Amino acid sequence: MTMIKKLLTTAIATTLMAGAAQAQISDDMVKIGYLADMSGTYRDLAGPNGLIALEMAVADFGGQVNGKKIEIVSADDRNSPDVASSTARRWVENDNVDMVAGLVASSVSIAVSDILEENGKLGIVSGSAASSITNEHCTPNHIHYVYDTYPLANGTASAIVKEGGKTWFILTADYAFGHALEADVTKVVEANGGEVIGTIRHPFPTPDFSSFILQAQGSGADVVALANAGGDTTNAITTAGEFGLTQSGQTLAALLLFLTDVHALGAEAAQGIQLTTGWYWDMNADARAWADRFMEETGVRPTMVHAGIYSSTMQYLNAIKATGSDEAQAVRKQMMDTPINDMFATNGRIREDGRMVHDMYLAQVKTPAESTNEWDLYNIVRTIPAEEAFRPLSESQCPLVTSK
Amino acid sequence: MSMILGVPVAVLFGQLLLGLINGAFYALLSLGLAVIFGLLKIINFAHGALYMLGAMATVILFDTLGISYWAALFVAPILVGCVGVAIEYFLLRKIAGQDHIYSLLLTFGVALIIQGVLTNMYGVSGLRYSMPDVFKGGMNLGFMFLPYYRAWVIVIALLVCFGTWFMIEKTKLGAYLRAGTEDSQLMQGFGINVPLLVSLTYGFGVMLAAFAGALAAPIYSVTPDMGSHILIVVFAVVVIGGMGSIAGAIITGVLMGVVEGLTKTFYPPASSAVIFLVMVVVLFVRPSGLFGKEA
Repeated sequence: MTMIKKLLTTAIATTLMAGAAQAQISDDMVKIGYLADMSGTYRDLAGPNGLIALEMAVADFGGQVNGKKIEIVSADDRNSPDVASSTARRWVENDNVDMVAGLVASSVSIAVSDILEENGKLGIVSGSAASSITNEHCTPNHIHYVYDTYPLANGTASAIVKEGGKTWFILTADYAFGHALEADVTKVVEANGGEVIGTIRHPFPTPDFSSFILQAQGSGADVVALANAGGDTTNAITTAGEFGLTQSGQTLAALLLFLTDVHALGAEAAQGIQLTTGWYWDMNADARAWADRFMEETGVRPTMVHAGIYSSTMQYLNAIKATGSDEAQAVRKQMMDTPINDMFATNGRIREDGRMVHDMYLAQVKTPAESTNEWDLYNIVRTIPAEEAFRPLSESQCPLVTSK
Repeated sequence: MSMILGVPVAVLFGQLLLGLINGAFYALLSLGLAVIFGLLKIINFAHGALYMLGAMATVILFDTLGISYWAALFVAPILVGCVGVAIEYFLLRKIAGQDHIYSLLLTFGVALIIQGVLTNMYGVSGLRYSMPDVFKGGMNLGFMFLPYYRAWVIVIALLVCFGTWFMIEKTKLGAYLRAGTEDSQLMQGFGINVPLLVSLTYGFGVMLAAFAGALAAPIYSVTPDMGSHILIVVFAVVVIGGMGSIAGAIITGVLMGVVEGLTKTFYPPASSAVIFLVMVVVLFVRPSGLFGKEA
């Protein structure tokens, strides 16, 4: 009798526990939505290959977490906050999506994070640049993982001023991202004893930069800085090369440059340019090993965004595994409590404002003589320690921090 | 240094010259549009995509077959011209004689398809193309550094523009073309193959776009969307010049390049809008465009 009693109790207890665990992963499934620019300007740096990075993470996790299936859905946000918002709303309200990954255009990330906050779901931003995403636009429902404009300005600009580039001329893309970057750079240049002697705000996008390069050349500034992105940056660099800007003694500084941009330009046109990056595929053995796998899948080397998507998805799934729950706040708290040590970052950590802080790197594009293949493009010049790279919490306007 | 409106004269000259060079591109592209509209009454929204195809072909021909820049200047336009003839034969012919809006929508669809396919194949970051060695470097004009390649662009583009104008306005072939599109039945009565003439004319307009693309390959990022940015500007140029006016397209193209260049000097943020402002003003004052025939 005692035996039967014991068996029954165990059976009931097991069922109850299993039931409890089951209830914690909603609808018996972890569903991740990948939302990114799949066809426009930012396609190559995130896009379809970012989805592959995400799938690699899920596959490496065995396709399931705590016995529950992991499902992925994806959509093209067309760089439109409206399109992105309606997709995200449908995902979280009707399709039971637990986490939205990708998120490239800053305007898209800001719009989507509001919807996630309303619905108590989680977002991990890997592609966006604007530092405001974890500053005035921070929410308890998203994490900004890879990089932002703060270290871009901080890393590249301060390094160049210290090397003697005292006078600056800035070519700025005439929209929010460009203005933010221009302001950040101006602050860094002046703080380091340099001076901004001129700026031009060019329309976005600008196919022909010759006029602007000519004006920058005429300014006589030591440094011509590009506060723009993607096609605008590569066009400006090509034109600067054509007009012999660097040969005439000026330094060209690209403030946001992805591996795919540099690859498109080639070492010949881009050599010597300094840039700040959150990750480089050839920076250590772990990064290289993962980049090799990625290249087998896609035929190209990963950008920092691709690597960040893989890493952040792993962190997310590990957090679900540890807590046994896919509830946003439980997962976010677990992610904040776990230091990040993987192929992407060493001792990375997620702060209460949602910013993942980790070491950034100042890189310089190799010369054609130094470069051994088409993807062998950067020399890492300096590691910018996490605490120095990102905006300190003491300067934060994020309500999650200031209300404390 | 003497100044004009707060801008050094030297800088102003530089901008004028650059404006002229960009204008040469606008002229080539708007000329192709004007030929197609003027002679065939087709609003060719695929023009930007075909310009891009010319640039892409130049890069791809070099990467795969090692075809040099000089050869590509001929081969790329001919290949893309063939694509144009195919578009005319298989698609545009089916809607001949219909309202203009049909050709506009059809060619817009074709442009989206071409652009989408190439985006999938080559990505959006752009293909790399090195300038031919002979054009590397440039000369110091005192007021600006003029890359040799830009000087070459202006010369060759204007030559091609003039040649096209001459052929259409001054030769017997041009007279056939103009007559064939005025009254095709009459021309057919004279034993002239009008459908062939139409195919070739469309193909020729497309070749002009592809030629501009080949010229652009060494200086701009060659990306699948490079044509979509320039298309709207070129349409504005054609409207300002007068739809269908060959000389109007060339002169306005060059002129608008200069206007844009000057705007970039005095107030850069307006530089992408200035051509549309001019268009609005011109349409108010002369609805048929600067060189258009009064309707």
